[in-house]
Amino acid sequence: MLQITDLSVTFGGLHALKNLQFKVDEGEIVSVIGPNGAGKTTFFNMISGMVTPTAGDIVFEGESLLGLDPSQVTERGIARTFQNVRLFANMTILENVMVAQHCRTDQRVFGALFQTRAFKSEEDAIRNYGEEVLSFFGSRLVGYRLDQPASVLSYANRRRLEIARAMATRPRLLLLDEPVAGMNPRESAELTELIGRLRSEWGFTIVMIEHDMSVVRDVSDRVVVLDHGETIAQGPYSHVANDPKVIEAYLGRPVGSEQTDEEVRP
Amino acid sequence: MTATSANPSMVETPGVAWRKQIRFALIGALSSVFIALAGMPVGLDGRSIIQPVLSMGFLSLLWVPFVMATLAGSEVVLEGMTARTRDSRDLLAGGIIGLGSAGGLVLLMVLIQNFNLRDPLVNWSPQLLNLLSFNRSLGVGALLWLLLGLILGVLGAAMHVLPKKLCSRIRTVVLSVLAVSVLETFLTDLLEGFGLEALTDFVYYKRGGLEVGGALLVAALALIIPLLVGTRIKDVKEQVVGLPAEERKRVNLILLAVSAALLLVLPFFLGKIANELLANVGLFVLLALGLNVVVGLAGILDLGYVAFFAVGGYTTAVLTSPNSPGFSPELPWPIALIVVVVITGIVGLFIGAPVIRMRGDYLAIVTLGFGEIIRLLFLSDWLSGWFGGAQGITNIPGVEVGIGTVKGTDPRSVFLLVLVFCAIAIYVSWRLENSRLGRAWMAIREDEDVAEAMGVNTTNTKLMAFVVGAVLASFSGAIFSAKVGSIFPTSFLMLVSIIILVVVIVGGMGNIAGVIVGALVLIGVLGGPKQPGLLQEFSQFKLLIYGALLVWMMLKRPEGLVPNVRRTRELHQEEFLQDAWLKGEIDTDDQEDLQ
Repeated sequence: MLQITDLSVTFGGLHALKNLQFKVDEGEIVSVIGPNGAGKTTFFNMISGMVTPTAGDIVFEGESLLGLDPSQVTERGIARTFQNVRLFANMTILENVMVAQHCRTDQRVFGALFQTRAFKSEEDAIRNYGEEVLSFFGSRLVGYRLDQPASVLSYANRRRLEIARAMATRPRLLLLDEPVAGMNPRESAELTELIGRLRSEWGFTIVMIEHDMSVVRDVSDRVVVLDHGETIAQGPYSHVANDPKVIEAYLGRPVGSEQTDEEVRP
Repeated sequence: MTATSANPSMVETPGVAWRKQIRFALIGALSSVFIALAGMPVGLDGRSIIQPVLSMGFLSLLWVPFVMATLAGSEVVLEGMTARTRDSRDLLAGGIIGLGSAGGLVLLMVLIQNFNLRDPLVNWSPQLLNLLSFNRSLGVGALLWLLLGLILGVLGAAMHVLPKKLCSRIRTVVLSVLAVSVLETFLTDLLEGFGLEALTDFVYYKRGGLEVGGALLVAALALIIPLLVGTRIKDVKEQVVGLPAEERKRVNLILLAVSAALLLVLPFFLGKIANELLANVGLFVLLALGLNVVVGLAGILDLGYVAFFAVGGYTTAVLTSPNSPGFSPELPWPIALIVVVVITGIVGLFIGAPVIRMRGDYLAIVTLGFGEIIRLLFLSDWLSGWFGGAQGITNIPGVEVGIGTVKGTDPRSVFLLVLVFCAIAIYVSWRLENSRLGRAWMAIREDEDVAEAMGVNTTNTKLMAFVVGAVLASFSGAIFSAKVGSIFPTSFLMLVSIIILVVVIVGGMGNIAGVIVGALVLIGVLGGPKQPGLLQEFSQFKLLIYGALLVWMMLKRPEGLVPNVRRTRELHQEEFLQDAWLKGEIDTDDQEDLQ
């Protein structure tokens, strides 16, 4: 589904990513892990078109994504969330998921001015689909009045809304940047289950950056480890977790300290 | 002490902050001196508020001690605090502020008498001294000012001491008298339209200002009317809000229809001056609504908006005037309008395309540049074959409609035409705001990168905002050129862009009602870049007041006079979140889970 070959990007003299090879098959859940500064978020920015790679190619369903604007990438069926939650804080909860359907709808000025039947039915469809997406999170988001601004949501719910917003773009591939960061164990367990359901019920293929190893272990089919912009290992969790290179780069500290270490982030 | 003992957890706010009072006294003194030297007392002396007693000139100084004392007296009561009971010390503080403000003037009077600084300071004149000393000797004048300052300062501070209800009554009375006086031209026009000359003669003095009796009448009405209707309006309002959505919608529709009908009938009861004034306001409402789409909804700070007004005006002139130097098809106005809209839209695209790629400050500066470029093109010799250069285009015919002609000499018809186009502009803004496009604009205003990542084609969407804004401005331009009958590059100075922007900001960015209120207040009362407002005497101080208003707005009420809910939230996010938290509207499920 997504095929990345020889991908490199440099910022000035810094190699953020070096000759990265990466592949996702339809229906997979792949976790990308690695220590801070390993280039994980740059990797996501590159797929979603926000950063242009210096070399290499990104092919999604047989089509190269190079040179496309982020909105065009989203239109092709790749949606993402952000590590530091970036909702439209002053738009309502519902509007957040409504605006995300922009590239799947096409009523313009004319329809809005003359309130054509097509416009009205499309507005209804946008609203209904938005509510449907929100209802995926059960009582978590639907319990709220959907016309409240997104800024009143708790941190965990903002993350949920961000996922809902990405889902509303009707993607085929979902990029989740640290979906459970800042959540407590119970909430992250709940979200882990939801990520599984995103695949089974909604048919999304998922690539996820995550630091919480229990989440990574529970949902991913495959784990890719990045360090200094390079892939140092990949495979099933059990395999990667025992790879000496990974332990050296990522877990190479006294046992038990990796969790606390990773939680220190903005 | 009683408050503390009643509720031990509550802390009283600290007592009078003397340092702050002194600071405000100094600010008051400086403001008074500044206003006096800016020439307001002398310049505005001709306009009386209440005939022999009070003129606008004195009012320009008298508000200072009162407002400063009120401002200095207001205290922030934080959550968990109780407001302290006010006592005579607060009145004393107010008195000090009043004395301080008046003291500044007294000092100025002494200086004017003894030194001559007329060279740099034009208003350093014996005339000012005479006015300030009430045409008496310096000593008497100084004493009078100190006394006035003291009284007004104490009154200002008393606004915190007296019961709230009484204060609001006083405020209503004072503001109504002022409003009736300011609206004189408009109200006499209106009342005479209904054949009530007797009433206007009683209320207004012949050469401007209220009669004492009239002022008393207005004050009495302002006291009685709230007593009579007071709670009833509130009751009706609550009833309407309590109705089910379907019926509420119907009530709103009826209200809308009634007010539209009233507006359409209004011009026939108004005289020339009032119609002319409202037509000017309407032109700016149109412009401001267009800019509101660009700035308020899409968040693109366009400082060269006048360019589209100019293109609309000039295109109309070229297409309709027989005197157009290059190309003169002499189309009738309605047909020309279609061409004008198309051409302005295209110009919007052309200007927008390069501009849209920039952000923030850069974008603002570039739009500023384009605004000037367009004006200079119309002025240039190079294009004078088409647009007449500095000579402009004259002899633009009016608008031929079935029943008659709309032209500048008949302000009523112009106002009606403007009303129709305002209605169109309001409808367009309202519909677009609540559509897919409107949501995309808001998303871009909130966070452009994320909007792009969520599939919004930001380039096209922003261009769309630019084009919609341009088209609305072209309506205004087309009416303007038919109204004035001639068109010159000097009508499209950068100042016009700035004033439209000020209208949008002062009224309330992103809010249709706000924009209309902004235009009424600024253009209607103070006057537009070239059009006089109700306070014609203000024209020389117009920009000063615009500036002061803008600064005050930015500091105290950045959301504008009629705020947009969303915009207010954006600007007061912290307060809003705090309120929501106190009301228990913020969910705290993760915190609960942690325990």
